[in-house]
Amino acid sequence: MEIYVNILKAPRNHVVELAKMAAVRSVFRVRSLMQQGFYGFYRNSASFAVRNVSIGSKISIAPGQKRQMSSQTLDLEEDKPQFPGSRSEFTKKLEFITPDVYNGIPVYRVLDRQGKIIEADQDPKLSKEAVYDMYHKMTLLNTMDRILYESQRQGRISFYMTNYGEEATHMGSAAALNPGDVVFGQYREAGVLMYRGFTLDQFMNQCYGNAEDAGRGRQMPVHYGSKELNFVTISSPLGTQMPQASGAAYALKRSGKRLCVICYFGDGAASEGDAHAAFNFAATLECPIIFFCRNNGYAISTPTSEQYRGDGIAARGPSYGMATLRVDGNDAFAVYNAVKAARELAVNENRPVLIEAMTYRIGHHSTSDDSTAYRSVDEVNYWDKQDHPIGRLRHYMVNQGWWDMEKEKAWMKQARNEVMQAFQRAEKKKKPPPSELFYDTYREMLPHLQQQREQMRKHVAQYPENYPLENFEKDRD
Amino acid sequence: MAVCGALVRSGRLSRPISGRNSAFIGSRFAVVKRLASALSYVPETAPSDFGETTKMNLFQSINSAMDVALANDPTAVIFGEDVAFGGVFRCTIGLADKYGKDRVFNTPLCEQGIAGFGIGMAVMGATAIAEIQFADYIFPAFDQIVNEAAKYRYRSGNLFDCGRLTMRAPCGAVGHGALYHSQSPEAFFAHVPGIKVVIPRGPIQAKGLLLACIKDDNPCIFLEPKILYRAAVEHVPVGDFSLPLSSAEVVVEGKDVTMVAWGTQVQVLREVCNMAQEKLGVSCELIDLRTIMPWDSETVIKSVNKTGRLLVAHEAPLTGGFAAEVASTVQSECFLHLEAPVERVCGYDTPFPHIFEPFYMPDKWRCFEAVKKLINY
Repeated sequence: MEIYVNILKAPRNHVVELAKMAAVRSVFRVRSLMQQGFYGFYRNSASFAVRNVSIGSKISIAPGQKRQMSSQTLDLEEDKPQFPGSRSEFTKKLEFITPDVYNGIPVYRVLDRQGKIIEADQDPKLSKEAVYDMYHKMTLLNTMDRILYESQRQGRISFYMTNYGEEATHMGSAAALNPGDVVFGQYREAGVLMYRGFTLDQFMNQCYGNAEDAGRGRQMPVHYGSKELNFVTISSPLGTQMPQASGAAYALKRSGKRLCVICYFGDGAASEGDAHAAFNFAATLECPIIFFCRNNGYAISTPTSEQYRGDGIAARGPSYGMATLRVDGNDAFAVYNAVKAARELAVNENRPVLIEAMTYRIGHHSTSDDSTAYRSVDEVNYWDKQDHPIGRLRHYMVNQGWWDMEKEKAWMKQARNEVMQAFQRAEKKKKPPPSELFYDTYREMLPHLQQQREQMRKHVAQYPENYPLENFEKDRD
Repeated sequence: MAVCGALVRSGRLSRPISGRNSAFIGSRFAVVKRLASALSYVPETAPSDFGETTKMNLFQSINSAMDVALANDPTAVIFGEDVAFGGVFRCTIGLADKYGKDRVFNTPLCEQGIAGFGIGMAVMGATAIAEIQFADYIFPAFDQIVNEAAKYRYRSGNLFDCGRLTMRAPCGAVGHGALYHSQSPEAFFAHVPGIKVVIPRGPIQAKGLLLACIKDDNPCIFLEPKILYRAAVEHVPVGDFSLPLSSAEVVVEGKDVTMVAWGTQVQVLREVCNMAQEKLGVSCELIDLRTIMPWDSETVIKSVNKTGRLLVAHEAPLTGGFAAEVASTVQSECFLHLEAPVERVCGYDTPFPHIFEPFYMPDKWRCFEAVKKLINY
């Protein structure tokens, strides 16, 4: 809404009347130009355009939502910058903000490396069952990782990615969420799925791409998904899940379900443009989302010193207007507390929260990587032995008197048995029928795809010896 | 994008581009008659069973489609750059006031974000209508569209999908748009299995096809020929109606030459039909493809089997343009019926020029020459 006012000539109350007539729901104060000299450059032009300046106008806010209005008071009493783009002060000093002015954002920690609670008031006081649950799943994940990594080496599955060293980021965060909260992951969050109840069979079926894979054999191993467990299917391109997560959170907000989205991503993926888009959209559109960065020190071979120059990913949060926390990712309780608190903020205030969980990628990037080519074995061993998330939680449990080496031995044996049995079951199953490759491209089967499917079937029927048909189920028709 | 913003704010790009005497940019310049083939839009009539109609131009018919969508579907939202105040082409005028700021809202200036955000909303089952300000700026969103939207259902084994997503963008030549306000990117998206690409030729088509896209349970890209926003005026049904996707329409029946086009080019070829009849006594059959992907090859094949001659025309550059797909399919399916090689009249293989637009365009004279070639082969 624009109104043109001849400020030089119009008396003050006349301007106010004009504003009311123009249905601008606000009153602004304008001092006489002559007195203040602020709009001196307007002396030559007889008018200026006033846009919809909203001061004290009612802005609808969702229940429980606090919003900081950007100040647009054209109050010429005070000598403050009036730019629509800033809310600050003037300064006479020419002083660049240099990155080394700040110490890094501190790392929140609850458990020390010996498994002792550092500050009693930060103890989440989780029950024995809850801690058992976390510990069992961390170790089961670790066991499954070892066996599936080996199976790739033996040519049984084509590819695998382990989660070594990051188990606490998965279990700590998953335990703090509501099962209805939607998860958008990157590729190293299998523990979140495991925590929610994805079975060993389901993991294996996807890796083998067999006829019971819910993904219908279409993607490489570790590209899990589960509608039931609210875990959106993984895709290979990095960071693409991030703006999608912001959009999903917006839709959740509109649905009124009081749920949030959690979006996992790595230190490398955070460099993608999609990450910037996601943060900015989530903040400006007020989305209930937790952005959870697993900063594990490497993006394949690229160390963080080559990924960014600022203070990690956490330093970026405030610049987007997001509440931010950096946390010890190898401390299951710290991660738990952080995500719990973040969830409160996200759901109650409809705002994004950024958590940067510092951790270390103990394993190789994937089965296609040999990390000894770019980092020392000593460095890896240090994290494996001195600061392993599983070890820290085990120390805690032992300190509580809940666990001992006997129980550990028994459990590890059981875990291995369970994994091996699921593994053998998955390996025996056939793959889906070949015509599956044509379905779900669109919701409906289209004529040109039907024709192509027919062409494929005819060709394969004519030359079956060239195709591994014995491994696949028969086509439906 | 910044330039465009400046042009819009100064009111220049929003000046009416009417048929003959389109004002040159800025009222301070003398009105320059467009010597090149000025667009003359031939209004169509809506089928009577679509109910009461009213006079609308293209942007009004698109506005009407979105109004219907938001009225009928409480999850439907519209978002993009500058949509809240009405949009740079007025397509969203009045909708924020009517449906609220949480349903019709601006996003930051980031196409990859707009696409990703829209996909995420659609994954949650909300109807997401995303606007990209110009099709020329859709490329930052290309990864999200190609690698994510198009593959969501397939890669998840139908556990997840973003079928509720529709992306709209103005496309095509406008007289002075040059490289970055004139592009027709349909060929890029036709090459991606999993999405639908739709281009209307006028207001009635636009409303019906846009509503079909919004209702369709696959991610759709709806390209709107911007030159028709004001130039194309028809009596458009006011209620809820849709037109079928993947269904080409025979706009003019004929028996000697088949002509295939979409969007603005359909209007150009209409004139060529008249010229061919008057000057050559040749009866042309004009087909509007409407949906580029998945396209209705059956209608085209049936027509070419009848006529034996095919002309395909589009503004987008020749090489790798969608005419190549049509031509290739036709030569495969209609080989023995063809009387002449397939003719393609397209933009040249250069970026879209500014001052040279009249020479670049696949205008009616170039198309007419192609008809002559087909007849005289």
